Amino acid sequence: ESSPHDTKTTSRIEKILIANRGEIACRIMRTAKRLGIRTVAVYSDADRDSLHVKSADEAVHIGPPPARLSYLNGSAIVEAAIRTGAQAIHPGYGFLSESSDFATLCEEKGLNFVGPPASAIRDMGDKSASKRIMGAAGVPLVPGYHGSEQDIELMKSEADRIGYPILIKPTHGGGGKGMRIVQTPNEFDDSFLGAQREAAASFGINTILLEKYITKPRHIEVQIFGDKHGNVLHLYERDCSVQRRHQKIIEEAPAPNVMNDFRTHLGQAAVSAAKAVGYHNAGTVEFIVDTVSGQFFFMEMNTRLQVEHPVTEMIVGQDLVEWQISVANGEPLPINQSQVPLLGHAFEARIYAENVPKGFLPATGVLHHYRPVPVSPTVRVETGVEQGDTVSMHYDPMIAKLVVSGENRSAALVKLKECLSKFQVAGVPTNINFLQKLADHREFENGNVETHFIEHYKDDLFTDPNNLTCAKETYDNARFSATLVAACLCEKEHSTIKSSLPGADGLLPIWYSHPPFRAHYQASRTLELELENEYDESSSNFFTFSITYQSDGSYLIETEEVNSPGLGVKATLLHDQDFRVETDGVSMDVSLSAFSKDKIKHIHLWHGSHHYHFRQKLELDLSDDNEIQQNTNFETASHPPGTVVAPMAGLVVKVLVMDGTKVEEGQPILVLEAMKMEHVVKAPFTGHVHGLQVTAGQQVSDRSPLFSVKNFHSLAGHDIIAKCMENSVLELHDSYIAL
Amino acid sequence: AVSTTSNPWRSSKSIQLLHKRDFCLGVLPDGVDRNSEAFAQNSKAMEGLISQLQSHINKALAGGGEEAVKRNRKRNKLLPRERIDKLIDPGSSFLELSQLAGHELYGETLPSGGIITGIGPVHGRLCMFVANDPTVKGGTYYPITVKKHLRAQEIAAQCKLPCIYLVDSGGAFLPKQAEVFPDKDNFGRIFYNQAVMSAEGIPQIALVLGSCTAGGAYIPAMADESVMVKGNATIFLAGPPLVKAATGEEVTAEDLGGASVHCKTSGVSDYFAQDELHGLALGRNIVKNLHMAGKQGMMNGLHNLNPEYKEPVYDVKELRSIAPIDHKQAFDIRSVIARIVDGSEFDEFKKQYGTTLVTGFARIFGQPFGILGNNGILFNESALKGAHFIELCTQRNIPLVFLQNITGFMVGSRSEANGIAKSGAKMVMAVSCAKVPKVTIMVGGSFGAGNYAMCGRAYSPNFLFLWPNAKISVMGGAQAASVLSQIESANKKKQGIQWTEEEQENFKSKITEAYEREGNCYYSTARLWDDGIIDPADTRKIIGFCISASLNRPLEDTKYGVFRM
Repeated sequence: ESSPHDTKTTSRIEKILIANRGEIACRIMRTAKRLGIRTVAVYSDADRDSLHVKSADEAVHIGPPPARLSYLNGSAIVEAAIRTGAQAIHPGYGFLSESSDFATLCEEKGLNFVGPPASAIRDMGDKSASKRIMGAAGVPLVPGYHGSEQDIELMKSEADRIGYPILIKPTHGGGGKGMRIVQTPNEFDDSFLGAQREAAASFGINTILLEKYITKPRHIEVQIFGDKHGNVLHLYERDCSVQRRHQKIIEEAPAPNVMNDFRTHLGQAAVSAAKAVGYHNAGTVEFIVDTVSGQFFFMEMNTRLQVEHPVTEMIVGQDLVEWQISVANGEPLPINQSQVPLLGHAFEARIYAENVPKGFLPATGVLHHYRPVPVSPTVRVETGVEQGDTVSMHYDPMIAKLVVSGENRSAALVKLKECLSKFQVAGVPTNINFLQKLADHREFENGNVETHFIEHYKDDLFTDPNNLTCAKETYDNARFSATLVAACLCEKEHSTIKSSLPGADGLLPIWYSHPPFRAHYQASRTLELELENEYDESSSNFFTFSITYQSDGSYLIETEEVNSPGLGVKATLLHDQDFRVETDGVSMDVSLSAFSKDKIKHIHLWHGSHHYHFRQKLELDLSDDNEIQQNTNFETASHPPGTVVAPMAGLVVKVLVMDGTKVEEGQPILVLEAMKMEHVVKAPFTGHVHGLQVTAGQQVSDRSPLFSVKNFHSLAGHDIIAKCMENSVLELHDSYIAL
Repeated sequence: AVSTTSNPWRSSKSIQLLHKRDFCLGVLPDGVDRNSEAFAQNSKAMEGLISQLQSHINKALAGGGEEAVKRNRKRNKLLPRERIDKLIDPGSSFLELSQLAGHELYGETLPSGGIITGIGPVHGRLCMFVANDPTVKGGTYYPITVKKHLRAQEIAAQCKLPCIYLVDSGGAFLPKQAEVFPDKDNFGRIFYNQAVMSAEGIPQIALVLGSCTAGGAYIPAMADESVMVKGNATIFLAGPPLVKAATGEEVTAEDLGGASVHCKTSGVSDYFAQDELHGLALGRNIVKNLHMAGKQGMMNGLHNLNPEYKEPVYDVKELRSIAPIDHKQAFDIRSVIARIVDGSEFDEFKKQYGTTLVTGFARIFGQPFGILGNNGILFNESALKGAHFIELCTQRNIPLVFLQNITGFMVGSRSEANGIAKSGAKMVMAVSCAKVPKVTIMVGGSFGAGNYAMCGRAYSPNFLFLWPNAKISVMGGAQAASVLSQIESANKKKQGIQWTEEEQENFKSKITEAYEREGNCYYSTARLWDDGIIDPADTRKIIGFCISASLNRPLEDTKYGVFRM
């Protein structure tokens, strides 16, 4: 017996193509492999060596880095599936996952699209259509007025019906222009007229809609799952309220501070929503919850497996990708609603390469050090990158998802904090520190989450460089960390040198014993570290340490500051980048990563819940190394600057430019012949040629002046280039944000 | 009940024991009674000597004083020891030599003789450093400065160590030119040595970090490769004032002999450094690129090196409590040996014969050594035994360590009749001709011909160090006073002059006092009769460093002269 949806009989999936990249591609492959299904990856030029390509059994190149030419190129992906003989395509999330055209294309080509029916994608993709369908199905919608009648009195009565506060919004345009929040009825007229005027001025159309304004909204979504036999169930809800730039950063399941009744209602509403569009496979119904009234309203439905699906997997003990594949294979869901377990609590933190103080601007760069926490049954790390990979500007800057679970919310939160503090990334700025602060916030601990959480508590979450107490504490912690860095660097250097010694030289190792020998004094050295403070780039914190090697193998580390006694630190190298440091009777584990970038050595230290980033200027700044070469031999002190003299006695063979010509640095000016060799005399720098009087066939004597070059422009060329580069970088950022 | 499983256990243990006995055959007894009054007294006395030494050293380490150091820093220059720290491998050791050269030698103080010398590794290769101290009299060469520079070159030549000269000197100290300039072992010898060592393939590297005037200009000029630091380094035969006087030309120091002139135009220097740190980094690079230069094969002894060595069984710090300050009191040299050699294992040679000289085989940091130590006056038998033992070691290419605590050879008619001079001559012949690396440590007295037979300075040990309690002179002060007063008394008698008891005592005490002063270890080290005074606790380490440096050269066959039989 076959269900009505199962019109095309496809064979069971034995090989699957994953039309995605990064962590989700890796995650899908992991399940596929466990099920014995062979995997095919697709990749753009930018991802040639990335983890998802390495993890797949086969990989097909589909185009250049821009997504629209590769990961969004449906026909290339379908072709790749046909070429490799894959029966199914899993779209992951993002890219083509919610393209009904792509789902249709797959169907047409006889490929099993692991996802909902194309019709459901289409229906839910249209925001107003989806609301209509949901309204009809009895799913609660945000109360509002979307009518064409714009009479002020009618609008006002609609507002009364909806209830205050009210959001007045132009139907066209965006960017918050013309938007008004009205708290009481007597403010309504002014706000309404103002919004109309503004909308007319900005968009040319002054139609207005009304919506209930939810002051303290929460974003709660329900994971639903349907099979091709008409069964739909929900797998509880997730709270994704904590967002920045309208993107979730911490999600949890189940939602905190929620009654069981509410949970059941929410789940039922979600199931009705799915049934209304004949849904199968994984989907998410998003609701906005008014924390004041306790009401919830339908927002939209996401017809894909979501980024944060692992938190649901954690609490129900299921593999949703496995479910997706079995549903795609036409099998019924393995359990019914009453069999869905609820096991404890789970959190997901999204770790992004981004610049938190600069408005969470996406960051790019090389992951010079990347050490996620070890995984366990209660800790999952979903990642698509490895140490040494580049976070490029072409795609989402998410580095990893850290998923933890615990018996209850507070147990899971303890684990989340611990894992965040041990999640080590260096090379690109990340939001880890910010996530730590979020997870540490008392209101978050109490589960009082809402979508304006970050905005509300920004004073607690962002470090204010002007807050002196805070700055002092930061400075003291940083100095202590810098002290540990100094000790670890010395210890590391010592072990590196000792292990790199040529073994044949017999007694040589005794010269590298620890501490180094000095006759009647203790060896010491100085070390300079500069704190990289992402919140306060204006002030620089320099630490200059004097490090003395003590006879017991520890280091006495002193600063130049008055009233700061030296600190004795003993560092033991445990493994590569891990140290045990002992100071003042306390010993602890620390990790240290050091790498060089742009002539600067970057040193990262993790200890306890702290992570500090220091810079060390590489000892030599040889930027003007070429200075000596620039003053070529043709110029001598006895002539005015810019004069070029004959490098040797010889015959002028050719004169290539006219006197007074503008020439570029290094441009050939004339050719001399001497000792049977031709010698080209070039312009020493950009400028105008002056006093060029020699002609072809003329004999010149050694060191006689030939011409001079006068500099005409004060702005050096590379300044302009640097400016251009800067602009283009900004453009790239902008274009990324636009994507 | 004893189970049957105890049998295999016991047998494996007995194998371990057997194995262990094989190793422990020569473990020396402790030899020190920590509860004795002597131990406490010796410790206390040595503590005093070491703290006195430390205070002298601290003065030397301070260089030319606060003002001069400040001036130096203002010019973005490091102090000489800091410069060396930046040149040697990070975190590696540096064996500094003769820190107290010039100590109370002249009317004015001359810390460390105005020049820092020593050995340290650069890119895993031992180098000899010679660094002028510009804070001490502008880095000019006093006679002792020259002597210290030449001594460093002598060691480098013996051990085939690349030489790195950190030049920052105003040249010869003109007021003392007569003692600095003309003689064989004077200023000119520095350049002679550079030429000869370069010819032997021992790299000569000059880093010009400051001024380098007149004769000093030849140090970089004679070097195989040289570096100059922009702004600070100048090389010229005559400075601007002298040029103006001679030719009327007015020119700045930088234009006359700065880094750009010499790197660009004259070719006197090879590498242009932006600043001092750059210059030092270039210096390290030069050593990195030496490849095989100055590496002429290793001693055979190395093949015998045991990398898994044991530390001495007894605390090396107890070396500070063994030697009595009073040289009349004897101590067993074996308690010193027990704190120097690996596992305190010492296989003694001819233990029952000529017992006043202890000889035997041991290892230090896994390297085999032959050790000779005094346990009293040298008798006929002791001297013969010493000569025999040295021959054994030279034939086997085993380096020698001499632990000197010697009042001399036995005198008296019986001794003379037995031919003590002949026996002593045999040992002196053996010591002189032995071509294996030799290190001498004076752990007590060093008097008379005993100094010769036990490889004193004149016998060119590769290195010679003193303990702070060491005394060195041709004979004891009292003996000398007695001998001299007898002669004087006879002279006076001949001339018919009456010599009162008081006058005689006065005469004697003057001599004793002079011997005391001149026999003092500071008197010796100030004049470079040794390579430095060391903390007894560092003895093992320093012997290791010395031999490590000495092994950087090919084997040499030992050929003896005619032994008087």
